[in-house]
Amino acid sequence: MEVIAVENLQKTFGTLEVIKDISFTVNKGEVLGIIGPSGSGKSTILRCITQLEQVTGGTIRICGEVLVTDIEHKGHRVSQYADKERQRLIGLKAGLVFQNFNLFPHFTVLRNITEAQVRVLHRTQKEAEEAALVLLEKMSLSSKAQAYPCELSGGQMQRVSIARALALNPEVLFFDEPTSALDPELTGEILRVIRSLADDKMTMVVVTHEMAFARDLCDRILFMDNGVIVEQGNSQDLINNPNHERTKAFLSRFQ
Amino acid sequence: MDKLLLQMLKGTFVSLEVFFLTLLFSLPLGLGIALGRMSKNPFIKIPVQFLLLVVRGTPLILQLIFVYFAPYYLFKLSYDRFTAVIVAFSINYACYFAEIYRGGIESIPHGQYEASKVLGFTKRQTFFRIILPQVIKRILPASGNEVITLVKDTALAQVIGVAELFRVAQTAASKEFSTMPIFIAGIFYFVMNWAVSAVFIRLEKKLNYYK
Repeated sequence: MEVIAVENLQKTFGTLEVIKDISFTVNKGEVLGIIGPSGSGKSTILRCITQLEQVTGGTIRICGEVLVTDIEHKGHRVSQYADKERQRLIGLKAGLVFQNFNLFPHFTVLRNITEAQVRVLHRTQKEAEEAALVLLEKMSLSSKAQAYPCELSGGQMQRVSIARALALNPEVLFFDEPTSALDPELTGEILRVIRSLADDKMTMVVVTHEMAFARDLCDRILFMDNGVIVEQGNSQDLINNPNHERTKAFLSRFQ
Repeated sequence: MDKLLLQMLKGTFVSLEVFFLTLLFSLPLGLGIALGRMSKNPFIKIPVQFLLLVVRGTPLILQLIFVYFAPYYLFKLSYDRFTAVIVAFSINYACYFAEIYRGGIESIPHGQYEASKVLGFTKRQTFFRIILPQVIKRILPASGNEVITLVKDTALAQVIGVAELFRVAQTAASKEFSTMPIFIAGIFYFVMNWAVSAVFIRLEKKLNYYK
C-alpha cells in the first residue's frame, strides 16, 4: 500500500527551480533513503510533503488522501490544496524529525512529548504521559523525563524529538539529516534508534549523508542532484554499483 | 511633618494607581500593537507604524495635554483628568512595550514555528503555548527598564492637574520654603523602584529553569 505518492512535484523559490518534476512513492513499512549533494532539493521534498513549503506544481498523496494537486484554472495549471482542516489532518499522518531538533526549550522532555497529544489529538494528560513514557523507555531516556532540553546532549535531544514525532502515531516519519548536527559518536545512537524503528516496520523517509547507513538500512534509495532524481533503486545496488556518472562521482567521495 | 508625610503617602497612592493601571492596560495592548506592526496586511501595518512614530516621537507630557484637552476643543467634551492620564500613559507605554514584544517575537527561531506546525498545533496554540512563554523570558530585562521608567514618569501626571506624589511634594515645598519634600519624594520613588527591581530579579530567576 502506498503511504506517500508524489507525482511531478515542482518547487521554485522566485526564479530558482529547486525541484523539477519529481515522482516517487513510498510503500507501507518501507524505508526510503534520499541522498545527494547539498542544494540538490532533498530537504525541500520533505518540507513540501510536511507542508512547511507550498508546492509550485504536482500532486502529493498521503495514505491515499490528496494533499495538493494541479487543476485547470482559466487555462492555466495551478496547485490546489485540500481545505485547511483536511490539510491539518493529512499533516498529522506525517511526522518530521529536524536536523536541529527544534525541541521546545521551556517544556520538560515529558511535556515536549505530551503537549501535542493533549492539545492536538485531545488525549487525556494521563494517556499522553503513558504513551510518552513508553516512547522514552524505547529511546533509553526514561531518567530524563523531567529534564529540560538544555540539560541534554545533542543525541538525547534528537531522540526526544523522534519520540515527540512518534507520539502522534504518524503513518510515516520523515528525517531531515537527523545526524548532521551531531558528532560521530552521537550519530551512532540516532542511527540505532532509526534502525530499531525499521525493525518495527515503521514507514520512513530519511534524507542523509551517512552512505553506509543508507545502504544498510534503506530498502530503496533516490539519488538527487540539481532538483531531479538522477538514479533510484535498491540501496545495495545503488551505493555499491551506481549506473549514472553523476552518482559515481558523488559516491566516490565517500569511499 | 506628620501631615506632610500623610499627604505624600496619599500622593504616592495616586502614583501607584497610575503605575498599576498603566501596566494593566499597556501590557496586553502592547502585544496587540506588536502583532499589528508585524502584520502582512498593509492596512493594519502602516497605521500601526504611524501610531508608533507619533507616540514615540513626541513627549509624553504633550500627549497627556493632548489626550485631556483635545476632546474638549474638538467636541466640547470634558472628562475626568485621572482617566485622561491612564489613557495617555497606557497608549504611550503600549507603544514602547510593543517594540519590545516585537523584538522578542522575532528573536524566536523559525524552527519553533515549524516544529509546532508539523505537530499539528493551530496558529493560536503555537503563539500562546510555544512562542509567547519564550518571548516573555527574553524580554524581561528590557521590560524592566520600561517599568522603572514608568514609576518615574508618573510624575508627569501633574501636568493636567492630577495630584500625584511629585505634585504634592512641590506644593509642600513652596508652602514651606524648603526643598526637603522634593528630596523625600525622591526617596519614595527610589524605594518604589527598588521594589520593581526586586520583582524583576525574582521573575528572571523564576524563568531561569531553562536556557
